[in-house]
Amino acid sequence: MADEQRQDTELTLYEVFVQEKTGEPHVHAGSLHAADQEMALQNARDVYARRGPVASMWVVPATSITATSPSDAGPFFDPAEDKVYRHPQFYRVPRAARQQAKKVTS
Amino acid sequence: MIETAALDAQMRADLVEYLLRLADDRVVLGHRLSEWCGHGPILEEDIALTNIALDFLGQANHLLELAGELEGEGRSADDLVYSRDEIDYRNCLLTEQPNGDFAATIARQLFFDVYDFLLSEQLAASEFEPLAGLGGKMHKEAQYHVRHSREWMLRLGDGTSESHRRAQAAVDALWTYTAELFDGDEVDARLSQARIAADLESLETRWQELIGTVLREATLGISDEQQYQRRGGRRGHHTEHLGHMLAEMQILARSNPGAKW
Amino acid sequence: MHDETQQLEAFQARIDAGEKIEPKDWMPDNYRRQLIRMISQHAHSEVVGMLPEGNWITRAPSLRRKMILLAKVQDEAGHGLYLYSAAETLGIDRAELIEQLLTGKAKYSNIFNYPTLTWADIGMIGWLVDGAAIVNQTMLAKCHFGPYSRAMIRICKEENFHNKQGYELVATLARGTPQQRRMAQESLNRWWWPTLMMFGPPDDQSPNSAQLMRWKIKLQSNDELRQRFVDRTVAEAKAIDLEIPDPDLRFNEQTGHWEHGPIDWDEFWRVIRGDGPYNHERIRVRREAHERGAWVREAAEAYALKRREKAASAAG
Ligand SMILES: [Fe+2]
Ligand SMILES: [Fe+2]
Repeated sequence: MADEQRQDTELTLYEVFVQEKTGEPHVHAGSLHAADQEMALQNARDVYARRGPVASMWVVPATSITATSPSDAGPFFDPAEDKVYRHPQFYRVPRAARQQAKKVTS
Repeated sequence: MIETAALDAQMRADLVEYLLRLADDRVVLGHRLSEWCGHGPILEEDIALTNIALDFLGQANHLLELAGELEGEGRSADDLVYSRDEIDYRNCLLTEQPNGDFAATIARQLFFDVYDFLLSEQLAASEFEPLAGLGGKMHKEAQYHVRHSREWMLRLGDGTSESHRRAQAAVDALWTYTAELFDGDEVDARLSQARIAADLESLETRWQELIGTVLREATLGISDEQQYQRRGGRRGHHTEHLGHMLAEMQILARSNPGAKW
Repeated sequence: MHDETQQLEAFQARIDAGEKIEPKDWMPDNYRRQLIRMISQHAHSEVVGMLPEGNWITRAPSLRRKMILLAKVQDEAGHGLYLYSAAETLGIDRAELIEQLLTGKAKYSNIFNYPTLTWADIGMIGWLVDGAAIVNQTMLAKCHFGPYSRAMIRICKEENFHNKQGYELVATLARGTPQQRRMAQESLNRWWWPTLMMFGPPDDQSPNSAQLMRWKIKLQSNDELRQRFVDRTVAEAKAIDLEIPDPDLRFNEQTGHWEHGPIDWDEFWRVIRGDGPYNHERIRVRREAHERGAWVREAAEAYALKRREKAASAAG
């Protein structure tokens, strides 16, 4: 009982994702410890937004993240490498059309 | 909007006094919070308390610069912080109370932060433009301060039996310094008449409501609402704690008069 | 057995090829152990390092200095936090790491076992101690363990201001009243040698260095890093007319480096073994803060649990 009361704790590990500007993706900034989401969010603001700029933050309990394992890497990701037709560079475009496209986008 | 040039002598003197009151609350509270740095209950909270301390010190710096400017005697913000005696400090007694345990710090912050939130909201609409600018900045920061102290109060009040006991003890011990926050004198009267300063009376009702709600939610209460209320900070009549705090804060600056740091 | 050798070779080959190691990758036990030791020591140093500087927050002589110092010490708390997180990716949790610090099992940088006696010491820590830390951390930012390197990149960005404010503070004193000038020189006299020791023992007496360099955790040797720091700092001291307290200090025209006199390694080992001027005090204060915070952490956890239970019963 006494043990239970004085079980030392550093609370729960959270991962923090920061979006610097609206429109940009949230990027992993680091981790922190908190007992719950609200405190995690407040701590994230104090720890990872002190120097701005920050538009938005996510906090996620570290245990909620499912990740690939290194042994997955081959079977998971290699097959994508030979699907060249998924990349625009795979396609030949007549020169005239290419120049026209350049004008429109610049 | 009232420009600085349009202030008459009385108004100017009133404003200097008023700005010192606002600033001294922040110097003293910022200093108290800075005492936590390196000693917080968890690393994350060390960082949070320091952020709040920095907000208050930054606000104080601006307010004191403005006060010095209006006073016109060439006193800088640092002169005002480091060369005034205890009796010249105008902060309310609540802000100078020692940190105590974390519950005492949170109770002190909650009482002040809610007051500051309501006060700065009015200041942001001040007719005196420089003050309105600072009020707007203060109000933004106060919103986060309230969130921080409120969330902690809920956790301490409704956490373990030990934390509940400590939180209740802190509320009881500090309640005696809360009425002073809303004491107005002729300075307040003249300035709020001119729509420069906040109307303290209207703040008090909302403060009572907001604090009551937080405490209830935190399963806490006010043990004795009729208890004796201590006052005097705005006139320089402080508790003994302030003298010790200033002795420490001013020692280096005072022992090297004229030196630049 | 054969398998293990192959794994080791493959691991080393990845590092040699310039790849970064991530926490979930296979790694030798020894690699994991060494990294946990090194990163957590680094984390402890940041956190213990808050104390000597924190000692002057309440006495900072101007509002500006007070805010700078607060922001700086706050950054160090952040650095500790980033580094503990980096160590945690290796499968140890922060509570355990802190326990190791508080029971004296883990080390931290020797430099923080010296007291801050005057205001000039605050400048000296920023200028010298953070200056030395930057030299070390710039290297570590390129190290080949992902989480350590990422933490270091973040830290290096923040660290620059620490060094600059320290040098500015010292320079202000050096240009100030005679009393201030004396304060600055006296402080430099006390901090110079312990700072040189921060880079660790000379290369021929540094048992872990070779392995750490093979793993590309360290990319430069202790002596190389120390030399870079000395060259930089001697020039800065000259610029503000302070004297480095080393009668043997001389410029070697051939190498283009400043050569310093012998370092008192007995002092270094004595302080590491626990007999520095402030070892006991630093740990005592950390332990006190940790113990006084225990009920707060428990309350936060108890409240979170209550909320979760409430939410579960409302949903169920
Ligand atoms: Fe640091
Ligand atoms: Fe630093």
